[in-house]
Amino acid sequence: MASGNFLILRRPQSGRLEGRTAPIQRLAAVLALGASIVAGSTPVQAGGTLIVGMTAGDLPVTTGNPDQGFEGYRFVGYNLYNSLVLWDLSGAGDKAADIKPGLATEWNVDEANDKRWIFKLRQGVKWHDGCPFTADDVVWNFAYSGDEKAPQFNAAQFAQARAYLGTYAGVEKVDDHTVAFTTKFPDALFPYAMSYVLMISPCRAKEVNNNWTEYALKPSGTGPYKFDKMVPHQRMEFVPNADYWDKARVPKQDRLVLVPMPEASTRTAALLSGQVNWIEAPSPDAIERLKSAGMKIVTRVYPHHWSYQLNFVKGPFTDKRVRQAANYALNREDMKDLLNGLMLEQYATVPPSTAYYGHPLLYKYDPDKAKALLKEAGCLPCKVTFAISTSGSGQMQPLPMNELVKSQLDATGFEVTLNSMDWNALLQVGRGGVDASPDIHAINISRASQDPFNALIRHVWTGAWAPKGANWGHFGNPAVDKLIDGVLAEFDPAKRLALLTRLHELMNEEAVLIFVAHDLNPRAMSPKVQGFVQAQSWFQDLTPVSVTP
Amino acid sequence: MGRYILRRILYAIPIAFGVSVVCFSLVYIAPGDPLQTVLPPDATAETVAIVKKAYGFDKPLPMQFLIWLGKVVTGDFGVSISTRRPVILEVSDALANTALLAMFAVPIAFFTGYVMGAVAGSFAGRWIDRVVTGAAVVGVSLPNYWLGIVLVIVFAVEYMLLPATGMGPNGSVGFNLLQWSNAQFLVLPVFTLSMIPIGILSRTTRAAVAEVRNQDFVQTLRAKGLSEWAVTRHVLKNAMPQVMAVMGLQFGYLLGGSILVETVFTWPGSGFLLSKAIINRDVPVLQGTILTLSMVFVATNLVVDLLQSLIDPRIRRG
Repeated sequence: MASGNFLILRRPQSGRLEGRTAPIQRLAAVLALGASIVAGSTPVQAGGTLIVGMTAGDLPVTTGNPDQGFEGYRFVGYNLYNSLVLWDLSGAGDKAADIKPGLATEWNVDEANDKRWIFKLRQGVKWHDGCPFTADDVVWNFAYSGDEKAPQFNAAQFAQARAYLGTYAGVEKVDDHTVAFTTKFPDALFPYAMSYVLMISPCRAKEVNNNWTEYALKPSGTGPYKFDKMVPHQRMEFVPNADYWDKARVPKQDRLVLVPMPEASTRTAALLSGQVNWIEAPSPDAIERLKSAGMKIVTRVYPHHWSYQLNFVKGPFTDKRVRQAANYALNREDMKDLLNGLMLEQYATVPPSTAYYGHPLLYKYDPDKAKALLKEAGCLPCKVTFAISTSGSGQMQPLPMNELVKSQLDATGFEVTLNSMDWNALLQVGRGGVDASPDIHAINISRASQDPFNALIRHVWTGAWAPKGANWGHFGNPAVDKLIDGVLAEFDPAKRLALLTRLHELMNEEAVLIFVAHDLNPRAMSPKVQGFVQAQSWFQDLTPVSVTP
Repeated sequence: MGRYILRRILYAIPIAFGVSVVCFSLVYIAPGDPLQTVLPPDATAETVAIVKKAYGFDKPLPMQFLIWLGKVVTGDFGVSISTRRPVILEVSDALANTALLAMFAVPIAFFTGYVMGAVAGSFAGRWIDRVVTGAAVVGVSLPNYWLGIVLVIVFAVEYMLLPATGMGPNGSVGFNLLQWSNAQFLVLPVFTLSMIPIGILSRTTRAAVAEVRNQDFVQTLRAKGLSEWAVTRHVLKNAMPQVMAVMGLQFGYLLGGSILVETVFTWPGSGFLLSKAIINRDVPVLQGTILTLSMVFVATNLVVDLLQSLIDPRIRRG
């Protein structure tokens, strides 16, 4: 009893521990160290400070549409800014997230002209700098990222926004609270595209004379967080926007700090030592250690699949039987073991919790069937070359996973050559299409399947043949094209859902991809982090989170 | 001597030019586009063309190089493609942060390596030589990123004595060396970084000391009746120029930043900057950083050469 009290009374000094490292002392040391590191010069307050270790190698840009992929949207884009259409990240996360009103309260296609969309804008919204949000601001923003002749044109934003503005043809102000978009051809999925285009404040832009380097240090949006400060490459700090128009989403924490930490073991160490209280994508072998230290591991399936896009112009995969054989050859349970359970076996393009999943033909593990199909197709041994990367955003653990796929395929009669390169080189191969890389038979670029266009259409539409779009292997099928035209022209959601379901099922019938894994979006956080519910989305709502002291 | 220094400084110009040409060509030979960081994964060919034009990448390569060269001569190193910050700012911030590490790692490495090497060289062939040499080999052979990760696990995670990552509680801005809450972030990276230089310097010192000890003048000194300790002092002084040359090189290498160590510790130095610029094919940053580093290397070598002739007047320069 006496010695126990003695241990508790000895206060650790600046993290140095004296005596044995008993749990209570460690807790005290962690609190002292954590508090001194976390709080800096400001005292710890009620909602707490959430410190996030991101996988990004650098801080996402704050000049509108962020870089660093969807992680940039998740932590910077959707926190500082809103788009006209937002993603609904509320609820228990048992369904794939869909879109909801954002800076626009409703939208519909013009009765008289199905290439024209009317968006009604939300009223009473203010930018962080105090100026009111108006229809002119929307028009200004599309010139910012689209009109080379506009004084506010930003080439970097042009590149970022272009990915989502495939069918966009123009925007005009109808009245102070309404804008109208024109599309190149009827596009029923247009509102999804609008969810990715973020609005920045023209007031602030004018203040800095369209100097984007200066703007980046004092961005102004309409989002739930306001920018506070930043140390380039090292950390960015946001504070809650108390005047946010969605009162249910005013952030509960006092401060959000973002730190780039591209190295997985560094992130794990930072969480375990208390330097951060939330990390993205811990590596699968660190999970046990994190759990034993009391950290919360949060996972949920989401629209992200790790698969192979195939070459439909040259090589063995032009034969459907070979594509089916590759799918039958994969033992996805083994892959799950490799990843310590951090994946869902993928048998179709989107996870089963998606609205348009339907009843696709599933290629469950059947190596005998795979061998038989290869024999029938006359491809034994079936020599194929895969282009893979050594790392990359969303690529999970590319090298061990590819090695496992290779060994499973080789066991059924394939002869796989893995052609590995760095992430950007692989993206370059992806952009170029089969014409630029005719001797590659499959590419391993993991894909977001968040909205119907990106999930289904861009893989199988002749209108998206690379380099024009993401249909790398030039899959082309007149029946599929017709179905897609139908989807894009179908403005009734229920009818469109039926068409999308049919399209999804068709992709399985044709074995358009080699299906491997649905990522489970793992993140780890300190037990002090409360209130987070993971959505089935690439984006997450950080506003309900608080950190207990 | 003055003419010698001037000549050395003038040599820097063709070196700078050569380095720039090589760096520029290497970036373009490597697969991947300099606009990677700006373009989304499925950008269409049309988008790529417009962005290329806006950034000036549509011009032929030699043209691009000359335009860049023209700006550099006036002090404008351009702007980073990914962050839009001036390259000079990026490079100077990063270099300052790495210099902080090098500033501690080099003296530690020098003194530790020199003492180890002197001991090994003085007792060449005996067991203490083998022990010290063995330790030096271990130091050089340990992968430094592995060592960094192990140190983090031991000191930051298990015993919570030192922080795991980063440069200071608030980043590099306002980093105050005099406060332990800031300085503690230096300990693990500096220790990790000094391992290899210690190994190299102790091997170099050992060889130099062993060689000097075999020279005639050492026997003369002993014949004069000098104590072993006094003889050793003379030996060490004579061995120093060789070791200084190697130390200068080590300082140059350390300033280039260890990509691996800086990534493990998320230290915002030149290695981290370079690795990000390479991955992103951020040409302006790559050009600016490599040019600056090569100039620093040239300057370091000049300083070391001058120091050498200061210590040993027989090494006359000029």
